[in-house]
Amino acid sequence: MSDHSLSGTQVLEAHGLSKQVSSPEGTLTILSDVSFKISAGESVAVVGPSGAGKSTLLALLAGLDLPTAGHVVLNGSNLSSLDEDGRAQLRAENVGFVFQSFHLVPSLNALENVMLPLELAGQSNARSAALEIIRKVGLEERWSHYPAQLSGGEKQRVAIARAFATEPAVLFADEPTGNLDSRTGANIMKLMFELNRSSSTTLVLVTHDQSLAERCDRILSLDVGLLVSDERVAE
Amino acid sequence: MKAVVFALRSFGRELRSGEVLVLLAAVALAVSALTAVGFLTDRIGKAVARQANEVLAADLRLRSQERVPDEWRDLAHDYELDTAETMSFPSVVFSGDESALATIKVVSNEYPLRGSVRVSDTLFGEQRTADDIPAPGEVWADGALLARVGADVGDTLAIGELDLTVSAVLTYRPDQSIGFASLAPSVMLNIDDISRSGLIGEGSRVAYALLVAGDERAVADFNEAIQDQLPESVRVRSQEDSSERAYNAADRAQRFLSLTAVISLLLSAVAVAMSARRFAHRRMDTVALMKSLGATQGFVISVSFVQLILLGVLGIAAGSVIGFAAEEALSRILIDLMQQADLPKTGLRPIFLASTSALILLLGFALPSIIQLRNTPPLRVLRHDVMPPAPSHLFVGGLALAAVAALLYRSVGDVRMLVILIGGIIVIGGLLYLVGRGMVALLGRARSGVGVAWRYGLANVARRGRDSAVQVVAFGLGITVLLLLTLVRTDLLEGWRQTLDDDAPNHFLINIQPHELDSVASLFEASNIDRPTFTPMVRARMTTINGESVKDREYPNEDGKWLANREANLSWAASMSPSNELIEGEWWPLDYAGPPLVSIEEESATNAGLKIGDHLNFFVAGKEVEAEIASTRKVNWDSFQPNFFIVLSPGALDGMPATYISSLRIPEAKKPMLIGLVRAHPSVSVIDLGAILEQVRGIIEKASLAVQAVFLFTLAAGIAVLFAAVQSTIDERRFESAMLRALGARRRTVFLGVMAEFAALGTAAGILASAGASVLAYLVATRLFELPYEFSPVIWLAGVSAGVLIVCLSGYFAARGAVNARPADVLRSVGN
Ligand SMILES: Nc1ncnc2c1ncn2[C@@H]1O[C@H](COP(=O)(O)OP(=O)(O)O)[C@@H](O)[C@H]1O
Ligand SMILES: [Mg+2]
Repeated sequence: MSDHSLSGTQVLEAHGLSKQVSSPEGTLTILSDVSFKISAGESVAVVGPSGAGKSTLLALLAGLDLPTAGHVVLNGSNLSSLDEDGRAQLRAENVGFVFQSFHLVPSLNALENVMLPLELAGQSNARSAALEIIRKVGLEERWSHYPAQLSGGEKQRVAIARAFATEPAVLFADEPTGNLDSRTGANIMKLMFELNRSSSTTLVLVTHDQSLAERCDRILSLDVGLLVSDERVAE
Repeated sequence: MKAVVFALRSFGRELRSGEVLVLLAAVALAVSALTAVGFLTDRIGKAVARQANEVLAADLRLRSQERVPDEWRDLAHDYELDTAETMSFPSVVFSGDESALATIKVVSNEYPLRGSVRVSDTLFGEQRTADDIPAPGEVWADGALLARVGADVGDTLAIGELDLTVSAVLTYRPDQSIGFASLAPSVMLNIDDISRSGLIGEGSRVAYALLVAGDERAVADFNEAIQDQLPESVRVRSQEDSSERAYNAADRAQRFLSLTAVISLLLSAVAVAMSARRFAHRRMDTVALMKSLGATQGFVISVSFVQLILLGVLGIAAGSVIGFAAEEALSRILIDLMQQADLPKTGLRPIFLASTSALILLLGFALPSIIQLRNTPPLRVLRHDVMPPAPSHLFVGGLALAAVAALLYRSVGDVRMLVILIGGIIVIGGLLYLVGRGMVALLGRARSGVGVAWRYGLANVARRGRDSAVQVVAFGLGITVLLLLTLVRTDLLEGWRQTLDDDAPNHFLINIQPHELDSVASLFEASNIDRPTFTPMVRARMTTINGESVKDREYPNEDGKWLANREANLSWAASMSPSNELIEGEWWPLDYAGPPLVSIEEESATNAGLKIGDHLNFFVAGKEVEAEIASTRKVNWDSFQPNFFIVLSPGALDGMPATYISSLRIPEAKKPMLIGLVRAHPSVSVIDLGAILEQVRGIIEKASLAVQAVFLFTLAAGIAVLFAAVQSTIDERRFESAMLRALGARRRTVFLGVMAEFAALGTAAGILASAGASVLAYLVATRLFELPYEFSPVIWLAGVSAGVLIVCLSGYFAARGAVNARPADVLRSVGN
């Protein structure tokens, strides 16, 4: 495997990542010795069959969980050297998420959901900033609606707005279209790539959709916990 | 700070969305139950105490051998208290040639301050309540006295230098049981006459009293103020040390009321704990999300804590209003039932107490869940099954117990009750949890042999292992305390009912000479009244205990010293009175003829430091009698049977000058036969207990009503609280049933499955609660209320059916919503 990150600074580095969990049947290896580097502004797809360890890898990269071996460097900080609060702080400043199952807070309306990370980061103009981005995702008519009143596609738009609201350095998306029909999914991805380009965010996209993956700059393939290929997509 | 601002802002949103409503409702319900029960117990307690104060005809009674100095009366007026003056002394009353010893009761205009005097216009005629006191120149006299001297209403009685017209027959005065020992029938006259009577002077044995009554606080303050300054000769009596029986009833009622307060507190704790678990559980996803978005642990916990407090404050505000309104409505009804003009008012204390209690409960029972939230792994956003580590049992239990103990100590104040309750809760809670887990495991195994609905329900019980066990404990504890309340109430009312038995003796005969026994008995038989049992009585003085003089001896307390040094009434008996219960040692055989043995009343034995095997010497009519203590007995004074602290074996007092006493029931219609009895045996005194009985009955009836009312209310509140607790477990079931229906299960099947789960939980909780309540009720009844207690299988039936009924019924309402929800909606909302 060659190093593709020729240009720009490294925003995300995985060094020999392994993850094992103990189960009733003994120790289970979910990831073994995965290494790569991602530079600023790159969009990277992580592909592989279900159960390959994609979500696990994403969790480790974002510091939601810690590896059994190896370490992650996110925007210059070694995640393993930080405690949980330190990692949370780092996420607040650098990371955005879009999940397969949306994860909107049911008690908050669309606007408030988008405001959430801004408020967590202590931004004073949370409301106007959130309104601005809500407009960008085309939901200005529906900002006051609660998640239960929104369709899947609309929920994911809110989630995308929320993810981009803090202008994160890295955006993690775990099968963002997995719960959507193909047309809605296509629209969502279009929106995501647009926002990604305009804000020059680094994108890490987990998907098992090959055509989606090919719209990224680079594809990492996982199989049973091993990184089996790392390829640049021909323009 | 950021957290507080964030918490405040998002709290509004959460309220709007209804997310926190269940916990809010639980807190509000707890506060309203606590407030209403607090108010009611407070007010009813005061009403009962006031009724008990009737025995003094006042709230406070200052007694003295000389006139109570005016300054004390003035001081009482300074405290805005009412006062009245009384004197009483024995004197001979004449009517023509006939005379009899009477207790002269001299009263001032304001008498009585509590209760009322009753009179009738003819001998043994209809009674009525007297609004005033005898006018100057008039006298009200006891029927027995009039009968003895052969006088009637309208005749003249000579008392000292006074000639007074009998204007009514005195049938009842509230304070007649005071100075019970004086026994002579009383006459009542106006204090304005007394200076002319010539009876008050050097050497006369007059007991003066200043009666004081008024606002409870003012009385207490006044009592406090005079405590240290009163001269030796003046003694203060308040309700606590007045008539044993009336006080017992009032005291037990008070204890019951505080028990209900405690129980509503425990129920509230159950509801708050359950809803807090739900609150925390539902927030878990949000917390995981906030953490993935960069919230720190400190931030998460601050936000949750602030919101918890806000919730508490809101719940308390709502609960206070509801509780206050409920109490207003209830007390109206009670005022009617108890035939009180009004229930004594209380301050806002119950609201304050309920509010702080709810806050403490919230902290004690919700904090562990909130702290657990802090540890929610952010990974949960990707893997829904990861959970924060469960808080340690020790931490949860310790915190909850600390909260409960703090609350109980304040509201119970009675350390013994506190220890019993806390001990009971720990033991029962622990057992419930262990057995609950065991049952959950067993139920899980039982599922292979049942239909699909039951299999689903039982599988759920087993799968939710720890959760199910926690629910069993919560419901079990809730039902335990409700059962306990029911049991104690039944015991209490039953005990009282026996006291009020229509066959209870209503007259005492005393001072019957041995040679009069047959003639007295035949008089009764002639009137078709059962031959009474005569109990012998000999006056004696204790001289030594184990050879040591009773004067020099050290006693555990003053009562014991008094008992050993006073002139005592001894009795003897072959068999023990049915109103006694043997505590220690053995009662002598029926044909016992050995050296003298003695049986001592248990409490006096303790007070005087006496134990089995001690040797007592008595000085009786010039002779020494030595007896060994063979047993101690408990005496049921409520029985109105002749009872003695000291009873000797037969033969021990042979040849000593004895008189006999007897208690018996004389029906109202046959009372006139007493006139003949008193005439034929002038030395025999007849004491009419009717009035005292009636007094006790009045107190007991009101106390019973109060107990019933508070019981019903607490029961209702308790069931409501348990309902709320069941509601809090419904979320998960909602999702599961939606899933099952999506898989093609029929609604009916899913519904039955959920009900099966509740039925299993309810049965488990009911069985455990029955066991717990049996033990607790035994402890409470015997240790606190000093009532006999019998284990009854009915409890088990009641407990299990209550468990199944309450849990299933509330489960039914909760499950209906869950099952009826459109699967698509439920499943979709999970993703959010
Ligand atoms: N904490 C865990 N405990 C047990 N098994 C786990 C845990 N995390 C992941 N796994 C298992 O590891 C494998 C990879 O999971 P995941 O990363 O979610 O795969 P993907 O997202 O590629 O479908 C799966 O078989 C999953 O069940
Ligand atoms: Mg996955």
